[in-house]
Amino acid sequence: MTAPVLAVDQLGISYRRRGRWLPAVLDVTLDLLPGEAVGVVGESGCGKSTLAMAALGYLPGNARVDGGDVRIEGRSLTAMSAEELRRLRGASVAAVYQNPGAALNPSITVGAQVAEVYRLHAGHSREQARDAAEEMLGRVRIPAPGGVLDRYPYQLSGGMQQRVVIAMALAGDPSLLILDEPTTALDATVQAEILDLFALLRDDFRAAMLFISHDLGVVQFVCDRVGVMYAGEMVEQGEATAVFERPRHPYTASLIDCIPDIDTRKGDTRLAAIPGIPPALGARPEGCAFAPRCPIARQECAASPPPLRDLGGGRHSRCLFPDETAARGGNRRPVDSAGGPAGAPVLNVQGVSLSYGHTRVLRDIGLTVRRAQTVALVGESGSGKTTLARAITGLATPESGSVALGDLVLRASAGRRSHHVRQRLQMVFQSPDGTLNPSHRVGGILGRAVRVLAGVNRRAARDRVGSLLDDVALERALAQRRPTQLSGGQRQRVAIARAFAGSPELVILDEPTSALDVSVQAAILDLLLALQQRDGVAYLFISHDLAVVRYLADRVAVMYLGEIVEEGPVEAVFGGHCHPYTEALIAAVPRPGGGQSRVRLAGHNPGPDARPAGCPFHTRCPYVHEACRRETPPWRTPREAHRIRCHLPLDEMPVSEGSRRAAGAQ
Amino acid sequence: MTRFVLRRLLLLLITLAVASVLIFAMTTVLPGNVGRIVLGPFASDQAVQALNHQMGLDRAIPVRYWDWISGVLTGDWGQSLSLDTAVLPLALERLGRSLLLAAYALALLVPVAILAGVVAGRRQGGLFDRVTSIVGLTFGAMPEFVTGVLLIVVFGIWLGWLPVQALPPDGAGLLATLRHLLMPALSLVLLLFAYLFRMARSGMLDELAADYTRTAVLKGLPPAVVIRRHVLRNALLPTITVIGAQLGWLVGGLVVVESLFRYPGIGSLMKAAADNKDIPLLAGCALLITVVYGFANLAADLVYAWLNPRVRHAME
Amino acid sequence: MRWSEPLRRSPVLAVGIVMVVAWVATAALAPWIAPAAPTDMALTAINQGPSTAHWFGTDQYGRDILSRVLYGGRYVLAIAPAATVIGLFLGTVIGLTAAYFGRWVDEVIMRVLDAVMAFPIVVLALLALTTLGASTGNVILVIGLVFAPLIARTARAAALVEVRREYVQAARLRGESAAWILTMEVFPNVRGPLVVEGTIRLGYAVFTSATLGFLGLGVQPPAPDWGLMVSENRALLTSAPWTVLFPALAIAFVVVAFSLVADGLAARETA
Repeated sequence: MTAPVLAVDQLGISYRRRGRWLPAVLDVTLDLLPGEAVGVVGESGCGKSTLAMAALGYLPGNARVDGGDVRIEGRSLTAMSAEELRRLRGASVAAVYQNPGAALNPSITVGAQVAEVYRLHAGHSREQARDAAEEMLGRVRIPAPGGVLDRYPYQLSGGMQQRVVIAMALAGDPSLLILDEPTTALDATVQAEILDLFALLRDDFRAAMLFISHDLGVVQFVCDRVGVMYAGEMVEQGEATAVFERPRHPYTASLIDCIPDIDTRKGDTRLAAIPGIPPALGARPEGCAFAPRCPIARQECAASPPPLRDLGGGRHSRCLFPDETAARGGNRRPVDSAGGPAGAPVLNVQGVSLSYGHTRVLRDIGLTVRRAQTVALVGESGSGKTTLARAITGLATPESGSVALGDLVLRASAGRRSHHVRQRLQMVFQSPDGTLNPSHRVGGILGRAVRVLAGVNRRAARDRVGSLLDDVALERALAQRRPTQLSGGQRQRVAIARAFAGSPELVILDEPTSALDVSVQAAILDLLLALQQRDGVAYLFISHDLAVVRYLADRVAVMYLGEIVEEGPVEAVFGGHCHPYTEALIAAVPRPGGGQSRVRLAGHNPGPDARPAGCPFHTRCPYVHEACRRETPPWRTPREAHRIRCHLPLDEMPVSEGSRRAAGAQ
Repeated sequence: MTRFVLRRLLLLLITLAVASVLIFAMTTVLPGNVGRIVLGPFASDQAVQALNHQMGLDRAIPVRYWDWISGVLTGDWGQSLSLDTAVLPLALERLGRSLLLAAYALALLVPVAILAGVVAGRRQGGLFDRVTSIVGLTFGAMPEFVTGVLLIVVFGIWLGWLPVQALPPDGAGLLATLRHLLMPALSLVLLLFAYLFRMARSGMLDELAADYTRTAVLKGLPPAVVIRRHVLRNALLPTITVIGAQLGWLVGGLVVVESLFRYPGIGSLMKAAADNKDIPLLAGCALLITVVYGFANLAADLVYAWLNPRVRHAME
Repeated sequence: MRWSEPLRRSPVLAVGIVMVVAWVATAALAPWIAPAAPTDMALTAINQGPSTAHWFGTDQYGRDILSRVLYGGRYVLAIAPAATVIGLFLGTVIGLTAAYFGRWVDEVIMRVLDAVMAFPIVVLALLALTTLGASTGNVILVIGLVFAPLIARTARAAALVEVRREYVQAARLRGESAAWILTMEVFPNVRGPLVVEGTIRLGYAVFTSATLGFLGLGVQPPAPDWGLMVSENRALLTSAPWTVLFPALAIAFVVVAFSLVADGLAARETA
């Protein structure tokens, strides 16, 4: 029986808020065997990050360990002195956190930061440490590591920075590596590379991994076992694939069903939504913490907190009725929406180009959105999708091209457009924090929107505000509150209500759910669908999340470095010929082991400042040939209303994952 | 690199040009009848007119400005009315003495304030932090002449440790000079300490909370190494720009402190010029001080840019 | 009671407010509580040290220093808040405008501000007051104008953050005018830092008006301006230090009071 590297034993941790101690982690037991990868998933506030901090002995000043223990290689962290803890760090346990740019010291070269670990833990001299650092950078697959040693962090791309952070963590040859959302801040294609790197490193290094994430797909891809946390407790544990294929706790099941996979379609089903919100710190219900929101709860559940029971085969669950848990997909409602024919064009963008200073950020963009249709705009950083939204709404002025609403060509700047236009074209923004003025009350915010956009007078505005709140499923009483008193999901609902105040024809949504938990996201997406069905409003939906796009959109446009490289109906793009970049994006979505094509891009995103000549994608394309470097690629049309901008002839063009899976299934 | 410096230099020259216009406007245009101001309300109209003509004040404004500024650029800064000597040499001589005092004050201020800020930031809320903050706050809030008075009364009169006379006697050695200048320098230091201390402290607090500090700690580096190697250079970078800003207060303080301690620097010269309504001398002193201040700020900016790798690479 | 809660949580703020109130009260009530008129000369009792008859002693003209200190507070009471209000109003308008319109408007405004700030404050004040003439009104104007760029910087910095936020963009998409956006959307969110800045400026206004008084640029003798009193009696520093000490301490008292209030407010703002 091998000894675990990490043994968390009935751990309890509390935070002090306003003089009271509020439990954030309760009775968590978790073991990591050497070389294992165990994931911990959950939504915000579930305690997973606190657990990670406890495993490093790095709890903040206002936290304390209430009970239980954390042992690394058999040694108890709670019993250690600060000096012993310090010696443990880097050598036995190391960490990789979310934001690699911030995790590196901006004033010290990358090589020095890695070398410092060798000098500290391996007692190397300066030269030895430098050589060791170079070698390690090579092992994390950084090309030409010798040249990178003397660079500063800001000179590296996000993916490279994260590789450096991983190198620093592994340099001390730790037996335990703690990763807290290590790929969340990275572009999808970069995330895919880093996840591949993890898989390679598991063979090279002995470190066991504790992998914290909110992204179930990532965890399933990387980890052997997984634990699901809710309200500070571990509610389910077991082998990763087994847990996700056949969950044995209703929260896990609901969580899985909230998240669209790459083949979930709005035409077939609606995502599950979990009613209510997780309990606030210190406001736990009497019995099972999930009971108030649980689809299979009954009286016994509220009586007393259920213990974590061993179900055999390495599975544990905190539910009293684990076998009644819905199977995967069981929490979703099937839908039979035939989806009518596309309506008249509502938005017509032609030849729009825009520059910031000397940099061309948008090039000759053309796009059409029809009534009651959702067109998704997909791209990574530097693609220009947000800039396009700003150009369409008039917040930024294009230097050429036109934007038309129906037949009406719009003025370039929002301030010069007519009131009528503003009523018809509105926008919902990404960040729930900045989207509502913190000094105004919700009622005031919506009231102003209603009066200005719908032209309603003060008295009638009251009722209108009330009915808007009803439409977005918020209590009318919320009108008295300020945005700081609302949750992120509630704020986004208010933002949606505000956009709908004037009954618009077109709403542009810029990553409206990216900053929200998945269960909240599911509810918001379904709200958007319901509003669209009721009002026939058209959506231009910007996102980096391809699964959400597959679920929600009718058509999709893929952008890269300011250009549209592919545009077409969602089934065609996801299930037929596609642009090499689209292929890589789809392949980057992590899916459980096997069945995933190893499409990986070379190099990194050069950014709009350094746009390559010819086809902008040629520096990273796996199918590149001579013509791509010199000439702009032509449009190809594999199907009607589906166009791809590529030099490859249709029979050589890649065919995306989706259709291959469909074909394989037959 | 040179382009960056040249660009900053150009901006400075533009700012100085605008400043010179402002000085010119305030001293010769705004008051209206300069001759009247100089001679006072009891002089005859004829005398006033004669003086105005003699000073060339009855010509058109742009001509007068051009005359003045071309003189300035060629080294002729006019003649002092009260002291009957050329403005520029006098002002430069006094400037030298002021720079000595200012340098002394900075040499005392910068290391002490930064060290205190670093220590206070390290143990936020601790005894040292709270005491230093309040003491600094108290002294920083008091005008320099108030602290000067208190210093003179305590150290000069009651305790008799330091000479009340700020100007050292001729031929005094370095040590004696420093003793004489200690109280005026301290008045300035006490004034500026609080702000620099607070900036160093908040710089420390910000960087201590940064992600990369967490990375350094989690690597297993000893706390002293984390501070010395990782935190300090990022925490102290902003204080350089603060020092640049403080120079303005320092120069203003010089006017007051030199007057209080009767030290013959450019500050007291300017005050005397104001008292005597000696317009050319006043304008000359103002211009010289502004030029020195402008270049000192430029130097601080360039030092900052050089030390910050991001800016340095952007320049190259 | 609700209003006393923030005071209880921040002793610094409480002490500062008490000090400010004490000063305002004594200054306002000076005509009734001062033992003598500030300009009453008594040539038989010159340069007397503190005694039961004259708590703060007398100066070279036999004037009671306590009375002069009490009355002196009234000048500061008149000058400091007025100058601060002028500075706040101008600075806020300039700062918000620069932040909202950006680009060349911002550039021009910043260059002008830079030029004004190229002068150390005292130099500017010296220039202006010498040529304009020294009086309470001019002092208020000069201090207000000199503070405006500094406040404009703070206002601009705070506004730049807000102007980028999505709720401002949402307002633009509704077609709100620039003035509406600045006053209704942006201003309420920059109020906090501006209040803190305003209290700091109040302290500096006292500081600056005392300095200008010391330099002889404020009210003229025989007015009991504190800075002027220090300057007038400087020669007596060694022989009759109380003539200089008490006005100096009075200045220190008021400035510290405002600094404590500002510090207390700033701590609440960041908490």
